[in-house]
Amino acid sequence: MNHDVFMAGFGGQGVLLIGNLLAYATILEGNNASYFPAYGVEKRGGAANCTVVMSDGAVGSPVVGEPEAALLMNPAAMEQFYPRVRKGGMALLNSSLIEDDGSSRSDLTLVRIPANEMALEIGDSRLVNMVMLGGYVEYSRVVARDALKEALKEVLPERNHRFLPMNHNALEAGAAFVREALA
Amino acid sequence: MTKRLFVKGNEAVAMGALEAGCRYYFGYPITPQSDIPEYISREMPALGGEFIQAESEIASINMLLGASACGARAMTSSSSPGISLKQEGISYMAGSECPGLIVNISRSGPGLGGIDASQADYFQATKGGGHGGYHIIVLAPASVQEMYDLTMHAFDLSDRYRVPAMILADAVIGQMKEALDPHPYKAPADLPPKDWALTGSGTREVNKVVKSLYLGVGELEQHNLKLHRKYAQMQEQEVRCEGYELEDAQLVVTAYGSTARIAHTAVRIARREGYKVGLLRPITLFPFPKQAYRDHTANGQKVLCVELNTGQMVDDVRLAVPQAEVDFYGRAPGAGSLPTPEEIFAQIRLHCEVH
Repeated sequence: MNHDVFMAGFGGQGVLLIGNLLAYATILEGNNASYFPAYGVEKRGGAANCTVVMSDGAVGSPVVGEPEAALLMNPAAMEQFYPRVRKGGMALLNSSLIEDDGSSRSDLTLVRIPANEMALEIGDSRLVNMVMLGGYVEYSRVVARDALKEALKEVLPERNHRFLPMNHNALEAGAAFVREALA
Repeated sequence: MTKRLFVKGNEAVAMGALEAGCRYYFGYPITPQSDIPEYISREMPALGGEFIQAESEIASINMLLGASACGARAMTSSSSPGISLKQEGISYMAGSECPGLIVNISRSGPGLGGIDASQADYFQATKGGGHGGYHIIVLAPASVQEMYDLTMHAFDLSDRYRVPAMILADAVIGQMKEALDPHPYKAPADLPPKDWALTGSGTREVNKVVKSLYLGVGELEQHNLKLHRKYAQMQEQEVRCEGYELEDAQLVVTAYGSTARIAHTAVRIARREGYKVGLLRPITLFPFPKQAYRDHTANGQKVLCVELNTGQMVDDVRLAVPQAEVDFYGRAPGAGSLPTPEEIFAQIRLHCEVH
């Protein structure tokens, strides 16, 4: 098992959080993962991105030039990183914010997911990242959704556990959307 | 089995240091290493140690010298510009034979440079960054696990030889998160007691002295020769490196730390494409694994040295194997200059096809 995924959006969308969560869930399942955030001068609304590499052997480079999959959450991420997705790879675009329909490429699997609307429908606009992550995991099957849920429970302080069901719903909704889109 | 943790490289350094019995930390914040003092400041009080955020880098390195002279396991950490400030103190520690750990999570320069990963401090670290012609032990971790393991090892080596030790990493290894198997520290049974340490004379008649000043005729020369005998001994006994796919390799890629990780994937891609390529990764930068380069170029193999700088370690490789063809590929450090595995693979292909 060797997978890598690149995630990008703006600060506040929870890009780094889902990167962390995915890597941690991979480790909980007994495999190896690296989580590498783009390290810049941090500010809300600024660019945020990270790379997660997952393997059942040794993780080589934590840095990836042409990722196998990309979760692109805003137009800036789309513009900068869509051309870099590996041929034959997968791009999950947040169509709530990205107008570009992705038709400039036909050599990858493309899913446009209205993550902001879906998050609002589930109950909180901040669930955009979970919708995207659920969608990615449905596509890649790199970890079980239960491992993600377990990881989330471990990283969240107990007082915030009341938010778990909502996050679970967002993961499931993202997964269901991608399942249908790829069917 | 203890649970595998998921932590940053910087946190792993801090955890390894505390596990190894380091109870004194002196430092001053700077990106991208501030997770180290943050972690230690939080955990040290419960262990009964001292965490001091000093007024400057210069103060903190001299506090380290003082703690070390008293026999304590102690450390400081910083990033490149801060490490430059510490060089005078490191030279005094080297001259006074004071052990201690200095962590450099280096960033790009010169000057304030930037906060991105860099390997441009290789010369400063391995050639004796301050005055006086000394060396320090330099270890180059390439994973979060090694940040933990080599931090412990650095303390042991430093105490054994009474030579300061440095962990040389960068923003990639410091900021990335991976699995860590924390394991208990076990002191080597043959670690010599610190009978030279200044712990108060008590009823003793003769004072112990820890110093770097030797004015008598011939005295300093003898002292320097003693230091250099220790470096030679480390060259014999303490070299560490790791090989990957080297057995039938015709091209030996060599890199340390973050670029070794990137090159590892590049070599994997190259093997998949049928190129006979391997990776030689120095773990100790001083002492340098000269013999490994000799062994792996004995049959005319070419070497490609990859660094996140404009060419530093490559000089040591060329000195180790003057008969071999040694090429260099590097990127000058700064925002956006981190090479990708695909980029290094392209270099490998270029070299294999010329071959």
